[in-house]
Amino acid sequence: MAERLRVHVDPDKCQGHARCKALAPELFELDEFGNAHEVGDGTVPAGLEDKAWLAKSNCPEIAIEVTEE
Amino acid sequence: MSDVFTPTDHPPVTDWINDFDHTDPRWTENPFPIWDELRVASPVVHTERFLGCYLPTSYEAVREIANDTEHFSSRRVIVRDVRPEVARNAAPPITSDPPEHKPAKQLLLPPFTPDAMKKLEPRVRAICNELIDGFIADGKVDAAARYTKYIPVQAIAHMLGIPESDSDLFINWIHMILELGIKDESKLVQAVQEMSGYFAGHVEARKSKPTDDLISYLMNARDKNGQPLEDSHVLGSLRLLLIAGIDTTWSAIGSSLWHLAKTPADRERLLAEPELIPTAVEELLRAYAPVTMAREVMKETTISGCPVKPGNMVLLSFPAANRDPKMFPDADKVVIDRRENRHAAFGLGIHRCVGSNLARMEMQVAIEEWLKRIPDFRLDPAGTVKWSQGTVRGPRQLPVLFGKA
Repeated sequence: MAERLRVHVDPDKCQGHARCKALAPELFELDEFGNAHEVGDGTVPAGLEDKAWLAKSNCPEIAIEVTEE
Repeated sequence: MSDVFTPTDHPPVTDWINDFDHTDPRWTENPFPIWDELRVASPVVHTERFLGCYLPTSYEAVREIANDTEHFSSRRVIVRDVRPEVARNAAPPITSDPPEHKPAKQLLLPPFTPDAMKKLEPRVRAICNELIDGFIADGKVDAAARYTKYIPVQAIAHMLGIPESDSDLFINWIHMILELGIKDESKLVQAVQEMSGYFAGHVEARKSKPTDDLISYLMNARDKNGQPLEDSHVLGSLRLLLIAGIDTTWSAIGSSLWHLAKTPADRERLLAEPELIPTAVEELLRAYAPVTMAREVMKETTISGCPVKPGNMVLLSFPAANRDPKMFPDADKVVIDRRENRHAAFGLGIHRCVGSNLARMEMQVAIEEWLKRIPDFRLDPAGTVKWSQGTVRGPRQLPVLFGKA
């Protein structure tokens, strides 16, 4: 079975480019200032792994971590 | 300001590596080979022009500077022939450094979130179609003068709550500040005074009659101590929203249409797969990023191994960073479906463009509506494309013919 992924946005690095929200709206949400954080505990539901990596590789601030558990 | 600077023509550049000049006509026309030459020479180059100025040429050097607010100040954000006195509340938060920057920025963020932009989108779609109605029967148009120019100006006027019909007034001020003002300080001073007077009138009118727009929003905003903002802060931020929101996106939409006019394969791909437009917008932003910002060196430091000294300005070229082949494979090509794209078109670090969500929405809608109604178009061989000079690069004249060649 494939390993489960988890995403996390570093709030000190995020500057609100909102690329993650545009590319993976199931995994990220924005606060009232437009800064991003992961949905829930960041666990990536099966089938959304590509979106997790896509969000990471499009974040200009390198604020997104994807870990394999 | 007693001594108003008289504009001078700059001598042509013969040595780009030691004497670059972003107002040189060759840079205006086609900066990409110049940046490639400079990037090979050094991650940071210097010119004695503009009273001393550095240019970082690599993505990493641009990122280092953008993230280093200790050595690099935003108090001056445009490289000019002169260094006008630093005005308090010039245009917060773009001209603010920490610790003032964050509270000033947070005030402006909520009205520009993606959700807020969704509410504005129908108005922008209508603006695009009203503009197209005005020229579609002609079979040709100067797309820069009659389409891309008016979309952002009318959208930001709508948000600010000022008449969309004043658009030409705003565009003229911006031309004076961002282009003529590089070499002629009197134009800069005149435009800032006129804008401040214009907004002061709108602020005054809202004191007795509040409205549901960005001007009233800023007038009602409170600082971290619960106090209303100083009038100079409100006027400075209003000047910023008007200046920053117009010829930037005008340029980005214009460069996008210029690319699609001369690249039928990409145009046909977007016609066949309109769902690819948001991805394409990111690539067009990378390849033709319109905005170059500036910093002022406050303390000596090194960037990518190169020493930089106080008293100099820095031309913070996000467009050059976006063409760095170390960061982007095929950096010199437009790859319309590029999947990994950490482009810096909206800046990096704490000064990320407040209006990035607005600009993205305007670009997507402007391209979508244009392609729906004018699916086939090409550059008019009888006309000339003309580009703006200086801080914001984009087509100011873009003659296109409709239909298949």
